[in-house]
Amino acid sequence: MSEKKTKFKIAGFPKAQGLYNPVNEHDACGVGMVLDIKNRASFDIVEKGLAMLCNLEHRGAVGADPKAGDGSGLLIQIPHKFLKKKVSKNFSLPEPGNYAVGVMFLPNNNNDDEKIKKLVENVCTKEKVKILGWRICPTYTKELGWSVLPSTPIVYQLFIERPDTEKSQDDFERKLYILRRCIEKAVLEISDEIKEGFYIPSFSSRTILYKGMVLADQVGGLGEKLGFYEDLSDNDVESSFAIIHQRFSTNTFPTWSLSQPFRMLCHNGEINTVRGNINWMNARQKNLASPAFSENDLNKIWPIIEEGQSDTASFDNALELLVQGGYSIAEAMLIMVPEAWQNNKIMDKNLKSFYQYHAPIMEPWDGPANIAFTDGKQIGALLDRNGLRPARYLITEDDKVIFASEMGLIPVDESKVKSKWRLEPGKMLLIDLEKGTMVEDEKIKDSVANKRPWKKLLDLNQLEIDEIPNSYKEPNIEFSLKDLQKAFGYTQEDEKFLINPMIINGMEATGSMGTDTPIAPLSLKNKPLFTYFKQKFAQVTNPPIDPIREEMVMSINNYIGPRPNVLNLNQEKFAKFIKIDTPILNEENACKLKSLSENNNSFMSSVTIDITFDHEKENINDVINKICKKAEKEINCGRTIIILSDRFISEKKIPIPSLLITSKVHQHLINRGLRTSAGLVVETGEAREVHHFCCLAGYGADAIHPWLAHQVVRKLSGENDEEKAVENYIKALGKGIKKVMSKMGICTYQSYCGAQIFDAIGLSTEFINEYFTGTSSLVEGLGISEIEEETIVRHLDAFSKTPGLENLLDVGGEYAVRLRGERHSWESDNVRDLQHASRSNNPQTYQKYADSMNIQNEKLMTLRGLFKIKDAEDLSRKSVPIEEVEEAKEIVKRFATGAMSFGSISREAHTTLAIAMNRIGGRSNTGEGGEEADRFLSLENGDSMRSSIKQVASGRFGVTAEYLANSDMIQIKMAQGAKPGEGGQLPGHKVDQTIANVRFSTPGVGLISPPPHHDIYSIEDLAQLIYDLKNTNPSADISVKLVSEVGVGTVAAGVSKAKADHVTISGFEGGTGASPLTSIKHAGSPWELGLAETHQTLVINGLRSRITVQADGGLKTGRDVVIAALLGADEFGFSTAPLIATGCIMMRKCHLNTCPVGIATQDPELRKLFNGQPEDVINFFFFVAEEARSYMSKMGFRTFNEMIGQAQFLDTDEAVKHWKTKGMDFEKLFHKPEPWKGDTLYRSQKQDHDIHKILDRKLIKESEKAINKFQPVKINSEIKNTDRSVGAMLSGAIAKIHGHKGLADDTINIKLKGTAGQSFGVFLAKGVSLNLEGEGNDYVGKGISGGRIAIYPPSNSKIVPEENIIVGNTVLYGGITGECYFNGIAGERFAVRNSGAKAVVEGSGDHCCEYMTGGIVVVLGKVGRNFGAGMSGGIAYVLDESDKFKNLYNPEMIELETIRNTEDDKLTDNYLLHDKQRLEYLIKNHYRYTNSPKAKRILDNFESYLPKFIKVMPTEYKRVLIEMHANLDKSKSTAKG
Amino acid sequence: MGKPTGFMDIEKIDRGYKPVSERISNYKEFVVPLSKEETINQAARCMDCGVPYCHNGCPVNNQIPDWNDLVYSDDWKNALENLHSTNNFPEFTGRICPAPCEAACTLNLYEEPVSIKTIECAIIDRGFDEGWIKPKISREKSGKRVSIIGAGPAGLACAQQLTRAGHEVTVYEKNNKAGGLLRYGIPDFKMEKHIIDRRINQLEGEGTIFKYGINVGVDISIDELENKYDAIVLSGGSEHPRDLPVEGRDLDGVHFAMEFLPQQNRRVSNEGVPSKTKEILATNKNVIVIGGGDTGSDCIGTSIRQGAESVTQLEIMPIPPEQENKLLTWPNWPLKLRTSSSQSEGALRDFSVMTQSVSGENGKVIGINCVKVDEKMKPIPKTEFSLKADLILLAMGFVHPIHEGLIEYSKTELDERGNVKANTKDYKTSASKIFTAGDMRRGQSLVVWAIREGRQCASSVDYFLTGKRNLPI
Repeated sequence: MSEKKTKFKIAGFPKAQGLYNPVNEHDACGVGMVLDIKNRASFDIVEKGLAMLCNLEHRGAVGADPKAGDGSGLLIQIPHKFLKKKVSKNFSLPEPGNYAVGVMFLPNNNNDDEKIKKLVENVCTKEKVKILGWRICPTYTKELGWSVLPSTPIVYQLFIERPDTEKSQDDFERKLYILRRCIEKAVLEISDEIKEGFYIPSFSSRTILYKGMVLADQVGGLGEKLGFYEDLSDNDVESSFAIIHQRFSTNTFPTWSLSQPFRMLCHNGEINTVRGNINWMNARQKNLASPAFSENDLNKIWPIIEEGQSDTASFDNALELLVQGGYSIAEAMLIMVPEAWQNNKIMDKNLKSFYQYHAPIMEPWDGPANIAFTDGKQIGALLDRNGLRPARYLITEDDKVIFASEMGLIPVDESKVKSKWRLEPGKMLLIDLEKGTMVEDEKIKDSVANKRPWKKLLDLNQLEIDEIPNSYKEPNIEFSLKDLQKAFGYTQEDEKFLINPMIINGMEATGSMGTDTPIAPLSLKNKPLFTYFKQKFAQVTNPPIDPIREEMVMSINNYIGPRPNVLNLNQEKFAKFIKIDTPILNEENACKLKSLSENNNSFMSSVTIDITFDHEKENINDVINKICKKAEKEINCGRTIIILSDRFISEKKIPIPSLLITSKVHQHLINRGLRTSAGLVVETGEAREVHHFCCLAGYGADAIHPWLAHQVVRKLSGENDEEKAVENYIKALGKGIKKVMSKMGICTYQSYCGAQIFDAIGLSTEFINEYFTGTSSLVEGLGISEIEEETIVRHLDAFSKTPGLENLLDVGGEYAVRLRGERHSWESDNVRDLQHASRSNNPQTYQKYADSMNIQNEKLMTLRGLFKIKDAEDLSRKSVPIEEVEEAKEIVKRFATGAMSFGSISREAHTTLAIAMNRIGGRSNTGEGGEEADRFLSLENGDSMRSSIKQVASGRFGVTAEYLANSDMIQIKMAQGAKPGEGGQLPGHKVDQTIANVRFSTPGVGLISPPPHHDIYSIEDLAQLIYDLKNTNPSADISVKLVSEVGVGTVAAGVSKAKADHVTISGFEGGTGASPLTSIKHAGSPWELGLAETHQTLVINGLRSRITVQADGGLKTGRDVVIAALLGADEFGFSTAPLIATGCIMMRKCHLNTCPVGIATQDPELRKLFNGQPEDVINFFFFVAEEARSYMSKMGFRTFNEMIGQAQFLDTDEAVKHWKTKGMDFEKLFHKPEPWKGDTLYRSQKQDHDIHKILDRKLIKESEKAINKFQPVKINSEIKNTDRSVGAMLSGAIAKIHGHKGLADDTINIKLKGTAGQSFGVFLAKGVSLNLEGEGNDYVGKGISGGRIAIYPPSNSKIVPEENIIVGNTVLYGGITGECYFNGIAGERFAVRNSGAKAVVEGSGDHCCEYMTGGIVVVLGKVGRNFGAGMSGGIAYVLDESDKFKNLYNPEMIELETIRNTEDDKLTDNYLLHDKQRLEYLIKNHYRYTNSPKAKRILDNFESYLPKFIKVMPTEYKRVLIEMHANLDKSKSTAKG
Repeated sequence: MGKPTGFMDIEKIDRGYKPVSERISNYKEFVVPLSKEETINQAARCMDCGVPYCHNGCPVNNQIPDWNDLVYSDDWKNALENLHSTNNFPEFTGRICPAPCEAACTLNLYEEPVSIKTIECAIIDRGFDEGWIKPKISREKSGKRVSIIGAGPAGLACAQQLTRAGHEVTVYEKNNKAGGLLRYGIPDFKMEKHIIDRRINQLEGEGTIFKYGINVGVDISIDELENKYDAIVLSGGSEHPRDLPVEGRDLDGVHFAMEFLPQQNRRVSNEGVPSKTKEILATNKNVIVIGGGDTGSDCIGTSIRQGAESVTQLEIMPIPPEQENKLLTWPNWPLKLRTSSSQSEGALRDFSVMTQSVSGENGKVIGINCVKVDEKMKPIPKTEFSLKADLILLAMGFVHPIHEGLIEYSKTELDERGNVKANTKDYKTSASKIFTAGDMRRGQSLVVWAIREGRQCASSVDYFLTGKRNLPI
């Protein structure tokens, strides 16, 4: 959750300083609830809630202060009995429901509490509410951490009586809402200091909240131990439910207000679109009306969402409005977090109409969300459309429900369990406490779907754009297409690289290697304003989505026109709006909108506003203001569509940058409360590539008409079908927009629109505040006058004819070097010099190279090019003689080569880098494609080809226990500089036999890396993966690779708290083997920014000394190293430069497999051309180290560590000046925070991974005979949910000795009883069998490397296994080989990216077998939606008893077959044949290991079940298998012959 | 990029020569162009490199990958447009440029480079054939007047750019026709002179005024020009040849190459050898050419065509390696043994040879006395030898422009090498409103460098005159 700088907060966050900004804080968490369906209140429930909290501790985190947790809390019913008892001395309480309790955190200093109390009392009087009294809630503070203590508030409880005017309790609740808003606003008005410590956790007649900055086990007392809230130890505290929350935040600051739950809910996940949601909520002011609120009341509660809260708090606010406005809490939740209805073909029609009706009313609050909610009457939980958070529950025979992020939190009598299930994506669990019933998802939805005739109502509101007749014709523009293109800054490359491929393929083109052109503010070219904005992307704290394989959740539908009043529950007054399927309008649809202006009687009315200006007569500022006023006036006159158009362009009339005017008008209308009263359409000649459209969308355009781009498309279509070309272009843009949205984990255009998911770079704060409010901009820079100048210059250039270039567009030069185009860091001369220097070990040539990179007086390329490194004397120090500076051979150990997969580059290139790095004691990186086992052994000459860093990426290719065991460092790749937030694809033609072997896949079959790690959807998941890996190889450091963006520092702090040993901050310049051009150019920011922010944030949090910080992405010289060190880097990653040293010539053809120097290719002929030697790389790194040493000598540093973080040595180089850079300010970048006591500015201590006393230690001990002497052992043990990653350390130990082949089957046979923690059997080595009686949580069998896992319900359980859940989500992710048998149903994404494991399960959730490349999955029951998406290999058998499978699978890559009955065949590995034998064999095993009743039933009636099985076969895989077996047969017959 | 795998699939071919026996019988060009289809095919070998080394290797920075791609897609007109955007005279460079672009071509690293020069030549020749090349007349006139002194490639490029920018440009040329070395130095068999004429026609059509036969500084004073024009560009080339100060240099039959070559060009074009000048012919003579460069080769080819008895070329530098170490030279222009078309027509070559004296009889040369030298160019004892010689042609390069006259009177400063001093940012000399470009500024060099300098200088002059950067460089 992104926590915003907060007005309503209990002090905690440091002020924004340097690059640290509390705005970027995130957190994630564990949630849970325990309740009694029959609404029987008891202390037992409260106690259970507290106990659950304690066992969720691993989902939280502690920072530098071990006793300071990130916050936890408990939401319960008002414990009337208890409170009555407690206040009886002072006042008496009316009956429950007739009074309310307001819990208040008041500052604990200077009588401030008394001041606030007085104020509260005044407000109550004014609101005519009677106060019964105050109570101080006793708190026990001795166990609080030292960092928390000073900010600990006094907790008050305010009791007020229900006024007679409030007839029902619901009315009372509404009154309380208004009252609370009045109090909050009143406190806001007193001094800043006082309000800092003020916060109202809850104010209700039904519920009460106990929360704080305490560890999970400190909320309440448990047993002998005292908790923070003494109340909670009293047996009279009774409630029929308890909602609990344990927070894991990225920061270590005590922020009492941010702990959860909130008043109505708690949330695990992150609302990605929160910026837009807040804007849209606040834009509704004029449009909001409700019978529930008087206008006066509405004014009192305004704004609905205060600026500067967390996403969850904002959500809570919005939910509160809807509920108090008359929606039931369930309805409100469905409206705010709708399931993925747009592309759902099997959804009930009425339900779909419900969603359709409400879509324009409220834009989705989009993002991973597992939300537990209550209004005191109903309690429930909801999972968002993607279902990316785990949510399991069980129901007992005595009507208790236990719901949590994982199972096993509290002991349960298994024999009393009635059922075990999970919350599915988009589904809701609801308990009506008043009625004492549990309502199934289907019933909830049935009831809302049929509440009103939604379809009819919808038809009164909505018109499809196709239904609108067109009566408008655009007048021609007199200028030539070329001139117009020039005026809008088109280049030759726009046509060649961007538009043309979209026309031909209907998708955006791919490129390779990183970008090395200057960022827009450093460019000497006139750049479109779009280029100053960098796309943000999800990393760690929320997951990106796969817009292709999971397209079912994506939608770019949108609405043009006024939005309906969100509180119009009675459907009294209708808004009229138009629905569009894509926000990109073609010419005809644009005309349709304009034709609405001609007929004022029409149901809508549009107006076109000219957005060009005459620079000789007008000032851009004035014109913008005029346009805003005009838009405002037109809406007030009843116009419902505003079209901003630059078609009025002429030689004199210059278009205002479309992004500038769109954002300004959008924000102006929001501020006037008018934005939801009209649609905003942008008609511009400027937008042409995906990024442009995303910017316009992100800053508020409902629809965009790229009129000039369409003309260009028509021109480029040549003799081909023009209409088809335009159609393809629009289609490609739609796909591109989906991709950009999905990078941030956003699914719908509606919520992307206005969400401002961008960081600005090189724009002044003043400018941003005026036009792009709420966007981050870090290094200052241009203001409106420079933007105006840039715009005017470009325009005048276009219409003045340059001799010789009259008929040519600007050459561009962004994507390939052109000397008259944009400048590149890497160009002919320095590539040459670097190669010649490295090959001949010539320092002079290196110096020439380094100078060309370092000295940027005339060639501004990078931010660091504008820096000056001070000498010792500048800081009154002394320089040191170079001989006394740490030796180069020590410094090179800090160098690493970047992650380049074997697969994207050739074995020759890959091993050359590895040998070189091993020789100098640096590190090379496997990249994401695994590593051939022969490289783990040393060569005869002592060299080693083993990459000491083993990367773990989302594809998990080749990630075996053996691979992990053979590493010094394991790097989790969260993002890649060139394409953060995206997955990848290795095309089939690059997958030869060797690559296939390493990746455990099939030659010739393409491989997909998903955008997210399917086991990391949030920070606590990352902590779990770190734990998995650390267990598997305790001697390896665990690294997390992040990409620079605003807020990365905060993520890095979270990563440090998640116990990573190492974090890499990669700049956007980083390379790629293949990536869409939009991503290469427009996502991520320079490493200077991310690194400095990371270092500063770590220091401010006191977390710096326990993590190594590595800078990566575009490092080229020793000066770069020194600057990175001064900004806080311990280590340095280089990729492109050493690759160039070995012969790379920046062809940028990696994605085509045609690398002419044998590097980025698997073509055997081309690979022969590889000429690189380890010496080339070694020479390069020594040059770099020596160059760094010379700087160290001048600065006066003897050791490298001394230099790290000494940012005071950096200054802005005044000599480097350009009109565009004069406003840039690096003060924040050079900020140097002081370390905490005991902390250092560099890595100086180890993380405590807490793996000393784990279950695996015991297992290893008992397995010694087996591991060392191959003697079988049997082990029995209990297991709990806190026993996580069981089997990992054991498997690592086996793999280290025995490699991937492991031990003989069943050598180590382990029987366990209980609920296993996450990642049960992760990387399980061959020879180990885990038999679990109980249940598993998420990630069972992840990366399984040959072992066997069987899980079955406890023997005393009465549940029917085949109808209940047994294992959680993402089971078998990245499985390599091995077997799994689950006697029950699995969660979502079963066997995702499985390479070769075989599994039998009795049912599965959505996305089963996603991205699978090998292995066998047998599902003996129902499956969820999107089965087999992206499945390129392996086979699956599904028992489809209800004939529903045909609607559930994703047909893109797979086909369905019936089971062929080939009686006499013998079972072989040929997946084309022997289906019956294979099924029988696996089901027999299933029965054998789990005793499954269903398996027995099937085996007993095998012949009759057989026809009900469907075989799932990936199409490409089948083709390859047929070829392979044909070749095998051929070679056999030749052998015989 | 036309075809991603073109470089692997398609064999390199290039323009061939007519057989020696045929070509030495006349002074016509003997290069055989590729067919259209072959040219398109060769263009497909271009890989459209992310860093196109050719583009940097080319002094005018031709956007080679772009026009290769356009040729591949059979879009010749746009290819021509693109080519002309960087190079005013591709028909010259397409014939006589040594093509550093091809040395820099990525394919040259491990393979044979793309036939860039051939494609360039095909584009421009097709442009002329199709009649696409017409005068481009400027829309607006600036009212500024510029004089350019010297109608070699630098002066011509400069003139064309400035005329197109709307200035009134007058080119002063001391010879009777425009072209400089292109016309008088380079033999017709390498470039026929109608190639220059058709381009001059275009320039004249655009409004450039040519004044021939006027040697500024001799026939007309520089002061006069300064009064008449808003800017002056000196582009008179580097015409002062390097001499051979040895005994016997004065003998009849020892000539500078630039005494010999222009005569033949004038004969071919019927301009005729000026009446006062003595004819130099190689017919039936034993010819010694001293100097191993391009001019030397031109002397060989011309001598052979004139019917020399024998032709021997002497070079003081050691014989370069046959194959360069590409890993340490590419993408630079490598030093390696090259055999020019003229050399392959039947000349003998010797390296590491220093001339010690020329011997004669009756004032006429009869032989040359040489010695072998080591790497430091020190004579190696006992390696002296003599050759029979009737005509000795000195082709050892040019040291600087002729100082007498124009430069002397213009009062421009010279650099340490004796060239007119100016930098490549603004091409301004020390004298106000006088600019300089080409060999006169940089010393002897390639035609393509002259074109670059002419263009860049024009851009600078235009900026000087208008205060705006209208002209591309």
